[in-house]
Amino acid sequence: MHKKTLTALVSTAFCAAVTVALAQSARLSDNTVRVGVLTDLSGVYSELSGQGSVRAAQLAAQDFMAANPSYRGKVQVVGVDHQNKADVASNKAAEMIDRQNVDMLVDLPTSSAALAASEVAKSKKIPVMVVTGGTTALTNEKCNKYTFHYAYDNYMLANGTGTAVTKRGGNSWYIIYPNYAFGQDLNRQMMAAVTENKGRMVTQSDATPFPNTDFSSYLLKAQGLRPKVFGTMQAGADLVNVVKQYNEFGLRQQGIGLGIGLLFETDVAALGQDAFAGALATVPWYWNLDQRSRTWAAKFEKSFGKKPTWAQAGVYSATMTYLNAVARAKSDGGDAVVKALEGHRFSDFYARSAYIRPQDHRVILDVYTVQVKPRSQAKEAGDIFTKVSTIPAARAFQPLSESKCKF
Amino acid sequence: MNTQLLLIQVFNGLVSGAFYALLSLGLAVIFGMLRIVNFMHGALYMLGAFTAFALGQAFGLGFWPSLLLAPLIVAGIGMVLERGLLSRLYGLEPSYNLLLTFGLTLLTQDLVKQVMLSQYAVSSAPYTPPAVLSGVVNLGFVVFPKYRLFVIGLSLLICLITWFVIEKTRVGAIIRASTENPGVTRAFGIDVGKWVTGVFGVGVGLAGLAGVLAAPIYSVEPYMGAELIITTFAVVVIGGMGSILGSVITGFAVGVLAAIGAFFYPPIANTLVFILMALVLLVRPSGLFGLPEGAR
Repeated sequence: MHKKTLTALVSTAFCAAVTVALAQSARLSDNTVRVGVLTDLSGVYSELSGQGSVRAAQLAAQDFMAANPSYRGKVQVVGVDHQNKADVASNKAAEMIDRQNVDMLVDLPTSSAALAASEVAKSKKIPVMVVTGGTTALTNEKCNKYTFHYAYDNYMLANGTGTAVTKRGGNSWYIIYPNYAFGQDLNRQMMAAVTENKGRMVTQSDATPFPNTDFSSYLLKAQGLRPKVFGTMQAGADLVNVVKQYNEFGLRQQGIGLGIGLLFETDVAALGQDAFAGALATVPWYWNLDQRSRTWAAKFEKSFGKKPTWAQAGVYSATMTYLNAVARAKSDGGDAVVKALEGHRFSDFYARSAYIRPQDHRVILDVYTVQVKPRSQAKEAGDIFTKVSTIPAARAFQPLSESKCKF
Repeated sequence: MNTQLLLIQVFNGLVSGAFYALLSLGLAVIFGMLRIVNFMHGALYMLGAFTAFALGQAFGLGFWPSLLLAPLIVAGIGMVLERGLLSRLYGLEPSYNLLLTFGLTLLTQDLVKQVMLSQYAVSSAPYTPPAVLSGVVNLGFVVFPKYRLFVIGLSLLICLITWFVIEKTRVGAIIRASTENPGVTRAFGIDVGKWVTGVFGVGVGLAGLAGVLAAPIYSVEPYMGAELIITTFAVVVIGGMGSILGSVITGFAVGVLAAIGAFFYPPIANTLVFILMALVLLVRPSGLFGLPEGAR
């Protein structure tokens, strides 16, 4: 009797151990999860994403392995340069998936490059998490079952900034935008947000060449038109030039405010925050949002030597969300992970009240309207934003009813 | 209202015209005298802006000393390059010096980017005009930044001086002689090699000067010359390769034209210069002010 019980106990324990072991050994292709950071390592967006994004993904991999010991040594990160060109992005994506056995792609600055890589990933059935690309086409007419849009998009920027500025009295606008997919889309979205809030356009928006250095013609035009807000949909180096010349022509003193479509911390750093002081923008995150964010940012800074931009932090969060989905699915197979991601609700230091919409793969999360502080109010280096308002996840993004997405 | 706005744009076009004129003037001097197609001109323009910025950061030098020093430094760099590298290619096909200067451009841009990122943690940096020139002035028909007026004025002055020296002085005569017939010039006891290096230095010095002038208007960044140089080459071609007067007049004209383009149909602003180039080349293959190759 006693012996029997012991045998039963031992065999039960053995069975349990086997079950646990089986459960832990996820079905991983070539026994490794490979995260591919497809980004701009050399061009205009390399500072706001680039190497910092690769480092962010590596940190996510490390933290994930620490939390899930059974994955130790089984998560790898590969960083590849797509040079912001759609054809290069397309080739590199295929190469990473076929030759380097990458199981997912993340980051993807530049809308055209993001769209191109998303097509490739769809044909190879590999999940893509677009963090730094902005076009709403990714979750509308160009959506697909393997593409997820993390962090921000043009609808959210326009909805956030257009609404906030117009409601604060900036009810007449003149907008200029760079003449390519991103700028055209953002201009449309921004005009819609302005008019919806009972603002008006003093004249039709002007498309500027892209890239462009001299914006004086448009600033002089604004001088003549006297709108309350000079809206610029330019990004990166072009935005820096617009803002520099906006100050040079003294538009602020003439009572013409500045509305910025897309703003990264690196743009503010390039010109000094006084040049941007008072301008409103919408961001999905910033490093000193709260204590949780600061803790993560400090860790990143220790590892990378610089504070994270919201794009880089987004890459960490997206990578972690993906890896957690791999753990839940116990597989890195594209279809299994997509299934684990769809409908997932979570909250981390970056994405608050986050929900992955199964219908269009828009990742919705709380976003923030911020105002750039003058330097004199900054408490430390990089302290550039004051939070004006939190836009709850449910209201921040394009409602599902308006989505043109059909998988 | 609209006529006034148009006039304002024409006036505003003179600012970008000033940059085109200064840059194409340098290119014209170098090509006209030395037959070098200096593709590195844009990078040297950027280097002018970057040097001014770096001098300010490292030694606290303000705009005025930099306006003098930075072009001299750029000219120095240019002369070293001419002696060390370009001079070895004289007598070879022009495509060799095009490739060399193009390669040097890529190298310079990436080098500056690395330096900026490691030293200043940004690859695009602000530079402010001197206090006396900051702010705007009401000209009656428009409120215009003082600094931009200064740019137009100084650029005109420099163009005038360069033209005068080359066309009207003994120095100019020696330069012209050493390029037209180096053998005979040498026979008069003139060291042609030194003059060639000097001319190259002056040409790139002008690019450096344009760079310093541009720093307070555009942000200082490694690729600031890349875009500008294409337009500048078009200006040189329209004006007539090597023609000093042609490059100055065309430079200002193209700036004004682009501003008018931006007024009527903004997306065409940057394309107008190439349309103009195509038209001019159809009618006058040697450019507006250029002499046909056989007449040289």
